[in-house]
Amino acid sequence: MDAEAAKLLGAGLAAIGVGMAALGVGNIWGSFLSSALRNPAAADSQQGRLFIGFAVTELLGLLAFVVAMILLFVA
Amino acid sequence: MAAESGKIDPMYQFEVEPLFGQGWQIAGHSIAFTNSALWMLITLVLAVLFMAGGMKRQLVPGRWQAAVEGMTGFITNMMDTNIGPAGRKYVPYVFSLFIFILFANLLGLIPVGVIPGVHPFTVTSHLTVTGVLGLLTFAIVLVVGFAKHGLHFFSLFVPHGTPVPMIPLIFVIELVSFLVRPFSLALRLFVAMTAGHVLLKVLAGFVINGLNAEALWVAPAVSLPAMILMIGISMLEILIAVIQAYVFALLASFYLNDAINLH
Repeated sequence: MDAEAAKLLGAGLAAIGVGMAALGVGNIWGSFLSSALRNPAAADSQQGRLFIGFAVTELLGLLAFVVAMILLFVA
Repeated sequence: MAAESGKIDPMYQFEVEPLFGQGWQIAGHSIAFTNSALWMLITLVLAVLFMAGGMKRQLVPGRWQAAVEGMTGFITNMMDTNIGPAGRKYVPYVFSLFIFILFANLLGLIPVGVIPGVHPFTVTSHLTVTGVLGLLTFAIVLVVGFAKHGLHFFSLFVPHGTPVPMIPLIFVIELVSFLVRPFSLALRLFVAMTAGHVLLKVLAGFVINGLNAEALWVAPAVSLPAMILMIGISMLEILIAVIQAYVFALLASFYLNDAINLH
């Protein structure tokens, strides 16, 4: 396979990782929302943990984006 | 954006260009005043103006003072819940981080590009800038940790109740996850900003190329939906700009908590 074509394919495959992180972030916010609706009084105290989980999960999706960008523009 | 033969380059917005002082040098390195430096200066001036306007200490706070007090109260509250009373000393640093990142993120989204010749520049979309912020935070954590606990600081890497045979393994894992912190801190902000701006410029390319297309059906079929999507994404980007500033400050406070209270 042509090296240039392989790079573009790899960048496209890296986009799968972004979608996977979307699943994770959606799961975090979704479960936070469903449990916050069950016990709204306790929701505010858990916001810090919500954002920690969001940040850690989102980072992996962003790393997939970095891989795509490196393949497209650097490699 | 460079429009060369109808192609719009979404990465051009991140280019650092010298504005004046091309000849200035220190030890062979150019220290020209770049657009990055200009936007950092604008960020600083606006942040200082914002704070100065709200620090008049009126007995009955006006709207401006209420806004500033809301922000300082927000960060102070976050530090109090995450660290406790010992965290009060570090509120100025974390607040400065928060306000600088917030202003830099939001300034990059201001549509001053409609004025010909003016290009908005997102300072935080460069790893050099966010990297310095991340390394500074990490350095403060290290200094505070070693100054407060001495070599006992290393007990951070062995959580309570770890079975003895597991200690070498856990130590290595915790050490790696600790050492990777400045990179994850810097990379998160940098990539979130870069990705958002690339997305916006790709959509802007759809709008412009659609309007320039020869076939008449392209403009309403491509440019209009792309424009509507762009407005939605812009609103999302404002949300992301605020969330990323908050997340950076929150993680900084978490890492400081590790250094001050250990586990």
